[in-house]
Amino acid sequence: MELIKLYAIEKTYRMGDFFVPVLKGINLTINQGELIALTGSSGSGKSTLMNILGCLDRPSAGEYWLDGEAISRCSANQRATLRNRKLGFVFQSFNLLARTSALDNVAMPLAYSAEYLSDKETRDRAAEMLGRVGLADRLHHHPSQLSGGQQQRVAIARALINRPPVLFADEPTGNLDSHTSQEVLEMFEQLNHEDGITIIMVTHDPKVALHTRRIIEINDGMIINDSTNMRSNRNDDMTSRHNDQIDTIKTLSFNTAAP
Amino acid sequence: MKIAASLRTAITALKALRRNPMRAMLTTLGIVIGVAAVIAMMEIGAGSESALQKTIASMGANVLLIRPGTASSGGVSFGAGTTTTLTPEDSQALLRECPSIANATPMVRARAQVVYGNRNWVPNAIYGTTPNYLSIQNLEILTEGEPFNQRDVLNGNRVCLLGPTLARELFEEVSPVGKEIRIKNIAFRVIGVLAPKGANMMGFDQDDVILAPWTTIKYRVSGTSLTTTNQSSNSTTDSVNTLSNLYPSSQASLYPKKSSVQQADNPMPVRFANIDQIMAVASNASEITTAIKQATSVLRERHRLRIDEPDDFNIRDMAELTSTLSTTTRLMTNLLLAVAMISLLVGGVGIMNIMLVSVTERTREIGLRMAVGAKGQDILHQFLVEAVVLCLVGGAIGIVLGHGGGLLVRFFLQWPVKTSPSAITAAVLVSAGVGIIFGFYPAWKASRLDPIEALRYE
Repeated sequence: MELIKLYAIEKTYRMGDFFVPVLKGINLTINQGELIALTGSSGSGKSTLMNILGCLDRPSAGEYWLDGEAISRCSANQRATLRNRKLGFVFQSFNLLARTSALDNVAMPLAYSAEYLSDKETRDRAAEMLGRVGLADRLHHHPSQLSGGQQQRVAIARALINRPPVLFADEPTGNLDSHTSQEVLEMFEQLNHEDGITIIMVTHDPKVALHTRRIIEINDGMIINDSTNMRSNRNDDMTSRHNDQIDTIKTLSFNTAAP
Repeated sequence: MKIAASLRTAITALKALRRNPMRAMLTTLGIVIGVAAVIAMMEIGAGSESALQKTIASMGANVLLIRPGTASSGGVSFGAGTTTTLTPEDSQALLRECPSIANATPMVRARAQVVYGNRNWVPNAIYGTTPNYLSIQNLEILTEGEPFNQRDVLNGNRVCLLGPTLARELFEEVSPVGKEIRIKNIAFRVIGVLAPKGANMMGFDQDDVILAPWTTIKYRVSGTSLTTTNQSSNSTTDSVNTLSNLYPSSQASLYPKKSSVQQADNPMPVRFANIDQIMAVASNASEITTAIKQATSVLRERHRLRIDEPDDFNIRDMAELTSTLSTTTRLMTNLLLAVAMISLLVGGVGIMNIMLVSVTERTREIGLRMAVGAKGQDILHQFLVEAVVLCLVGGAIGIVLGHGGGLLVRFFLQWPVKTSPSAITAAVLVSAGVGIIFGFYPAWKASRLDPIEALRYE
């Protein structure tokens, strides 16, 4: 089922008298349940595309349908509601609220949507989410008391609290060491596989991209490569080989990580 | 739904404040100081104001003068004070029956030459009165000697108090206490000298007086009985005055003298005594109108006036002084208000400053909140609520501090201080208002942030 459809998306920034085209006509279709890596060198426009996909920004031209809704013509408030209900964000720098418990961090998006939930329900739901990312025993820890990987898992729980169909991850492993990166990526795979959440990951790291099934490469505002990753451990017909694959990739990444 | 949403925003704001208690405290400090200054100012000011009122009241702003009404005969009015309707009992009744009247005293006036040794002087006024007069005029503390008392009044004792001017004229440097002076050949013993009071607003030298028990002045000095002070009852005197032949009185006898039959038919009502005026004092400046109403009804009842009969007395208040009093009070209030407003303005600017810093510092948080679905107005509300909560908490602390400061001032400086509930209410309202007004700009700025930029902000 088509979840995201981009048609001739263009984005142009204005710098004084100059117009700088960043995206030059992107056509893209993403189905529900896909696990996608968006790669490209810096300045290629992948972040801009990500912002547009994440309803944080509006395209200068072109059409964007998310779950059947035309986003290009939405107002800022409508987009805010969409972000709250349908999208989850995971950032490179976690962006957790300092001096705030993991529980409160995870429950934060509910403040803007779920007015019908009582305080207790909100907390229960946040605790449940933290349990799913394996932090059931860290509910009342502050971000400063958590490791990087744990912080990112809190951020993932926060992104999932509203049960969105799509999860965006902007360099989710950029601030993590290879081992915790591995854990986080496995978690993405698990979410994608078990809950059918569509995950779109922006990364410039080919090793990270290897965890996905589809790699979209952007260069100079255009999609130059959109390929199915045959080496992915997550092809549906290859699930039985899951564990072997992970081992392979772990070795691979350790090898490359070593100088 | 709506209420739940705003409650959630409020909780979010409170949590955000709790995350940085030090900053919240420092932010509040401006408002704390502002409100504390306002409350302390208002309390000290209100105290000074009542002290000021007392001072002005001591000049006689609260004084009511009750004088007998105008007598008229055949359409000819004889001027104020020409009937003899007031009695000392009226004065006592006023004091007893009017809750708004704090003090009252009967007064009898005379004008006569005062002689001591080879010196003489005609004082501005010779007042026959009771010891109450001294407290009404704030003359209880004498320069020397002692005041006369109620017993002197009852017995008509020949004692008197001299004003400083008179004392200087008659005695120069010598202490007059214990000396005898003569008023119309009646010997009075001087028992005290009044404290100097200077001239009143009309230039009348208030130190040029003699005070004595009214009974003494009435019966011994003026020697007037029921009939003689009243022009209408005896427009022509029957006393022999040889001078009036040389210089005939310009006042022609217009009306034939009453025959004894007529006088028997129309007897003058017999009273124990009549007095020239009653000096009463309202319990405070705002009670003057009430006091006049109460005095009027008491006197009308005592004088047995029918509803259609006009008053047989006049009540006058010191309108000029009263208006001075209210002008001064208003001036004082406005001055304090101006000072208070400036303090709060400074506090408000402080709040705005810190809130702006806070918005900048929390740019990423704002970006994050927007990314997870906060609308511009959610952010606006959050920051507004933060500002208002800071201001209200600051206001509360400020009230406590200000009140404490007021108490300290009272304790250490013996400055009059008065708790003012209206100032407290105003301070709470104003601090909330300051929160909204000065919190709005930073909140608005936060709500207008671009989520992408905000997320990327370092």
